[in-house]
Amino acid sequence: MKKLLLICLAFVFIPGMVNAAGSMNLDEYIEGMDVKTSDAKSLQRGARNFFNYCSGCHTLQYMRYNQIADDLGITEDQLMKNLIFTESAPQNLVKNNMLKEDGDRWFGKAPPDLTLVTRRKSSEYVYGFLNSFYEDSSSPTGVNNHVQDASSMPNVLWDIQERFSDEQYSQFLNDTVGFLVYAGEPIIEKRKSMGVWVIGFLLIFLVLSYALYKDIWREVK
Amino acid sequence: MAKNTESIFTNPILRWIDDRFPLSSLIKDHATEYYASKNFNIWYLFGVLSMVVLVIMLLTGFFLTMNYKPSTEDAFNSVEYIMRSVENGWLIRYMHSTGASFFFIVIYLHMFRAMLYGSYKKPRELIWVLGMLLYFCLMAEAFFGYLLPWGNMSYWAGQVIVNLFGYIPFIGESLTEWIRGDYFISDITLNRFFAFHVIFLPLSIIGLVAAHILALHHVGSNNPDGVEIKEHLDENDKPIDGVAFHPFHTSKDLVGITVFLIFYFAAVFFAPEMGGYFLEVDNFEPADPLKTPEHIVPSWYFTPYYAILRAVPNAALGALFLVLAVLLFVFLPWLDKCEVKSIRYRGWQYKFALALFSISFVALGYLGLQPATGIYVALARFFTITYFAFFLLMPFYTKLEKTKTVPERVVYEKKES
Amino acid sequence: MEKNINRRKFLSIATSVTSAVGGIFAVGAFVSSLQPSKKAKALGASIKVNLSKLEPGSIIKVIYRGKPIWVLRRTEQMINELDNENSNLRDPESDLSIQPDFAKNQFRSKNPEYFVVEGVCTHLGCAPIEKFAIAPADMGPDWKGGFYCPCHGSKFDLSGRVYAGVPAPSNLRVPAHQFVDGTTLLVGENS
Repeated sequence: MKKLLLICLAFVFIPGMVNAAGSMNLDEYIEGMDVKTSDAKSLQRGARNFFNYCSGCHTLQYMRYNQIADDLGITEDQLMKNLIFTESAPQNLVKNNMLKEDGDRWFGKAPPDLTLVTRRKSSEYVYGFLNSFYEDSSSPTGVNNHVQDASSMPNVLWDIQERFSDEQYSQFLNDTVGFLVYAGEPIIEKRKSMGVWVIGFLLIFLVLSYALYKDIWREVK
Repeated sequence: MAKNTESIFTNPILRWIDDRFPLSSLIKDHATEYYASKNFNIWYLFGVLSMVVLVIMLLTGFFLTMNYKPSTEDAFNSVEYIMRSVENGWLIRYMHSTGASFFFIVIYLHMFRAMLYGSYKKPRELIWVLGMLLYFCLMAEAFFGYLLPWGNMSYWAGQVIVNLFGYIPFIGESLTEWIRGDYFISDITLNRFFAFHVIFLPLSIIGLVAAHILALHHVGSNNPDGVEIKEHLDENDKPIDGVAFHPFHTSKDLVGITVFLIFYFAAVFFAPEMGGYFLEVDNFEPADPLKTPEHIVPSWYFTPYYAILRAVPNAALGALFLVLAVLLFVFLPWLDKCEVKSIRYRGWQYKFALALFSISFVALGYLGLQPATGIYVALARFFTITYFAFFLLMPFYTKLEKTKTVPERVVYEKKES
Repeated sequence: MEKNINRRKFLSIATSVTSAVGGIFAVGAFVSSLQPSKKAKALGASIKVNLSKLEPGSIIKVIYRGKPIWVLRRTEQMINELDNENSNLRDPESDLSIQPDFAKNQFRSKNPEYFVVEGVCTHLGCAPIEKFAIAPADMGPDWKGGFYCPCHGSKFDLSGRVYAGVPAPSNLRVPAHQFVDGTTLLVGENS
């Protein structure tokens, strides 16, 4: 009973103690960030980036290849040539060939699935993360990360970071993060456009129902 | 009453029904010949709005149940399946999650109306008690429902609330084991919470809503002036200050419902997460018993009570205070000793007390979202005291009120169009 | 007064019609959610069958949309047999039966060598048994090879065509299919 009490008390007070670490200021790491999920071309480039640089380790287990193709305006042919590097058929979920045990062994913690990462951590976090690797000889990978300290991920994009200008690299990140925002919620653009119609309809209905109400209440003294 | 059995229809099929079912008398008693005051203001909208939200929740909930799987193995995946794979599944899901928060917004405003105009006073005490039972059912429904997505916040919020029952002396530990059906929150717990959420509580809520409305119609609605309109009847025995519910209040409510739906669908389509308040970010990863979220926070609509729980230095006492904080509402009809119903004619003591209570409730809500550190602790304690003082001192300060003269007739100003 | 009544009528009707329109869209959104989901469509997608290892006289069995699909590689003898007329068939021209247009012939396939058919008896849905031997004891001296349904005794020839006088009303169904190349069959869509 006492143990239960102590555990529950811990739940009550730990959130307070951990608070400082929770909300971090990402401003200095997200310079140049301008993610646009409405830009289909950007998302197409982002998809290409993801499958070329990330999909070897990271899965998108809630996404299907053919949905990515349909939503982003990619033909099945382009899909097979540029985005599917495994034996998968277009209708399959985006998995890879890394077993969890292997991932845990190689990296300490298996590379997580990224379908929902921008909803869980925010797109600023992901952009900042990809933007803030630095050399650290004390780390097993030779790099560390300002946004996720002691991250076990190597700097996969080091080659791009060196060859690209700052602007080009920002564009690269914007495309890739944009694609991940889309993967987190594929319906994002359609829901906004549907919303405009629904609110528009309701406004028209409001005018009509208000006129009817006024007419009916005319006789009330 | 024999008069009310006359059929309102000319259509022969409907008249056939009328000979076998009280269709006409129901319509007359509850709509076309139910008279309510003509001076209803916006505060009187929230009753019908809560019915609208209830219907939305029942409908969207039903369709979600077609695709949701209540097992720890599949629950999280099934929610993503609904969001991505089921046609319009994302819309049904967002309507349900947004509806849950809007339900509480509407209910809190609905309860506040009763506190403004004394709608809980004699002869409407039972309506209020039934309403409080509905509030308890709604909170339980939200709690059980929140575990179902099996996200990390679902798991840990469930963990904290179930553990509260452990504070009950003697029976606490076995009680929590009985509630969980297991030694920890597991697949067994998830499945039974699903049953509560989908069958038991919705049925209870529907039954209680029917009782709540029947009790209301039996006595007649209150109004912003707290004047009993049945005291002044015209030559046809109809209240002079009343208008038939249909078509007057139905047409007025239709406008109100439309405005509400604009706000509701704006949230659904443009801000379904509402900055993490409608859909918590921690719930975008699956439940992990080994990984406590940085900030265990209940849903925003529970945070006032969560703040009170944490404000009390002793955990068991805190749990008791939480329960009392909710229960005290039930006793308002008997704590309030003032004869006058509406705040428009009451003494400054009640106006001040209600204002202070409202500020306390909102402040506690905000504080419940913050970590329990520094000045937040002192503030939470202060507002807990003012919260309880509202109820516990009420028999005393309401007796002291110097009330204004309550008008004989309802105050109604017709706006020229 | 007249004007008032007309205005009331107009507003009531306009409001009702607009509500109905909104209602139809709302109901439509919910009703459409019952359509097969993307996952159902993915699982029900056309399947590729590799025929390179299929010997003449052998059958490959796969499942497409929950139904057994048989691919029979006919022998020379089977093909010749089907060229002969069989007067005991209920629907020899496949007029009452379901098959792609290119399969409305005595082979019920585009290429006589490969026969693709749903292994579902058209009577009440049992799985027929292969009876390819000529005139075995249990099928009688006139049996030229085909399929036999054990549930109620329906008989089909080597093109799945139903015999007269048995419970099954039509020939075994041939699904949409195409040959992608020499050795690959795609079940689920015609070319």
